[in-house]
Amino acid sequence: MFPAASPEIAAAPATVLAATRQRLRRRAGHTAVVMGVLCMSIALILTAIDGRGFGHKIVYSLSIGAACVALVDCTRLLAAWLADRLRVARGQPYAETAATIGWRGVIPGALLAMLVGPPIGLWLGDQLTGLQSPSILSFGETNTRITLAFSLVATVASMLVLSTLERLSSARAQAEAAQRLAAENRLRLLQSQLEPHMLFNTLANLRVLIGLDPVRAQAMLDHLIAFLRTTLDASRHPAQPLATEFKHIGDYLALMAVRMGPRLQVQLDLPPELGALQVPPLLLQPLVENAIKHGLEPKVEGGRIEVSARRESEGAMLQLSVRDTGVGLSQVCAPGSPGSSFGLEQVRARLATLYGEGASLVLQDAPGAEGGALVTLLLPLGPQ
Amino acid sequence: MNAARCLIAEDEPLLALGLRAELAALWPDLQVLEIVGDGLRAAEQALALRPDVCFLDIRMPGATGLEAAQAMAEDWPEDTPFPLIVFVTAYDDYALQAFQAQAVDYLVKPLDRPRLAACVARLQTRLGDRAPPAQALQDTVAQLRLLLGSSMTASAPRLEVIQAQVGNLVHLVPVADVLYFEAADKYVRVVTAEREHLIRLSLRELLPQLDPARFWQVHRGTVVQAQAIATARREESGKVTLTLRGRNEKITASRLYAHLFKGM
Repeated sequence: MFPAASPEIAAAPATVLAATRQRLRRRAGHTAVVMGVLCMSIALILTAIDGRGFGHKIVYSLSIGAACVALVDCTRLLAAWLADRLRVARGQPYAETAATIGWRGVIPGALLAMLVGPPIGLWLGDQLTGLQSPSILSFGETNTRITLAFSLVATVASMLVLSTLERLSSARAQAEAAQRLAAENRLRLLQSQLEPHMLFNTLANLRVLIGLDPVRAQAMLDHLIAFLRTTLDASRHPAQPLATEFKHIGDYLALMAVRMGPRLQVQLDLPPELGALQVPPLLLQPLVENAIKHGLEPKVEGGRIEVSARRESEGAMLQLSVRDTGVGLSQVCAPGSPGSSFGLEQVRARLATLYGEGASLVLQDAPGAEGGALVTLLLPLGPQ
Repeated sequence: MNAARCLIAEDEPLLALGLRAELAALWPDLQVLEIVGDGLRAAEQALALRPDVCFLDIRMPGATGLEAAQAMAEDWPEDTPFPLIVFVTAYDDYALQAFQAQAVDYLVKPLDRPRLAACVARLQTRLGDRAPPAQALQDTVAQLRLLLGSSMTASAPRLEVIQAQVGNLVHLVPVADVLYFEAADKYVRVVTAEREHLIRLSLRELLPQLDPARFWQVHRGTVVQAQAIATARREESGKVTLTLRGRNEKITASRLYAHLFKGM
């Protein structure tokens, strides 16, 4: 009914192949440095052992290194491509698996590089230097054995270093993205609460009321102060008593009642024994705001809003409902009304995070001849 | 000059009272004809009472202040000067400051006294040396056209097929077959060459889903497929009468949209 409003934080890659390519590109600098240092060291050690020409050794060393890196990375891209094909064939959604990330992802490529990397590197070296290396398969030559051993050690070492770096940076990127998302959601929640139309219209009413009826103006100001304080406090507390939430809704509706005059009637129903129950803060508030903004404000004659709480399922569940006698749902769900889904989606998302499958939110046309909309929240009670 | 007469459209009662009180202090001669609380009545009463000035809140139930001004501009008679319009808003959604001190003015809530005084002074000057009615209307129409254009909501995904329900039966009507859409209360009439359907949607909700190059709004209540228009005849009132291919009825394009029909 309401389009899912998943906030696009960054253009995340949608395929394993794209993610792998992005990762390889990002660590290209690391790869070059690690490979250069390793090849340089190998060439130096070999020169120290046999005391002959460093120049040729560095050429061969770099050739073998480059061949190994190319093999490892190409294998990874191939594996990613295969993973994508498999995933699409099975109709699964995109998710990176251990097989394509971290050290496990480089094992097949590393094995291949150890076997095929040295001969390719030697051949490449031959082309560059114009020399003729002995075949790698004739294990007789000491040099060949040393070359093979070094390339094995170097490949394993460099892959371990690189994949560790990669995993670290991937974990850091994920943590940063999660943090950014949380911050953005907090900001959007705050923005939706402190919406400029609401604030300035309220202040405009207050300005008029100060001249007309200072006592009522003071009462209105008290509601506004309480409303602002709870809104700003809410992001700091994971839970608050249900009575506090109802008080907050009461403040908000008192402000709206001044603004809308006889067009708004309010009925809050909180049984006293439920007042102490702990609930996530500002869970009902966006639903009440929706009822006003999309239900009652657009209706010329206005109407009534009822917010109530009661126990359900023999006391195991808490049922909270917001009902209005406004224009109803068919007009709200039209794609032409942007922003209407944020409040609802945000409450749904919070319920899912806090209770998983345990809680539910249902939005429907209100029963009865008065029309309007009804939102029902069911939360599990007891230890969370 | 007779005392100026004004209409106030504001859905929040205290704000309407406040504006009236401020105006009484700044412009004692101004006669407030009526205070209305929704956009539909604003247009209705403006057309009936013919005020010199209209203060229109933007966000109102029924119709926005912009829509009310549009309805007034479309149906205003030629012989009476069009009222000076002042939009009032709590937050500038429509980049209204671009129109400050033109044919259309705007105020931001909470109103501050000096800004309102400046607005009043300007209204008094403009009422004193009023342009001929037709010219004033043309100026306002030009600005309303810009405002309405800038207020169009971001385009939604394009609609390809209209689903019109009658009882248990749903008719699927390709959008390409629709000759025109016409607002009818809470419904929209969907007219094709063969027949017509009713859908439970407002024209305001439907518009963003139509391709504006193919479907032209020619009136606040009418959207026509451009390819279906056969002829356009300009009337003396500034309106344009359209004939369609495949239908006999004539459609009226309001003066706000008459600029769409010009010879090449």
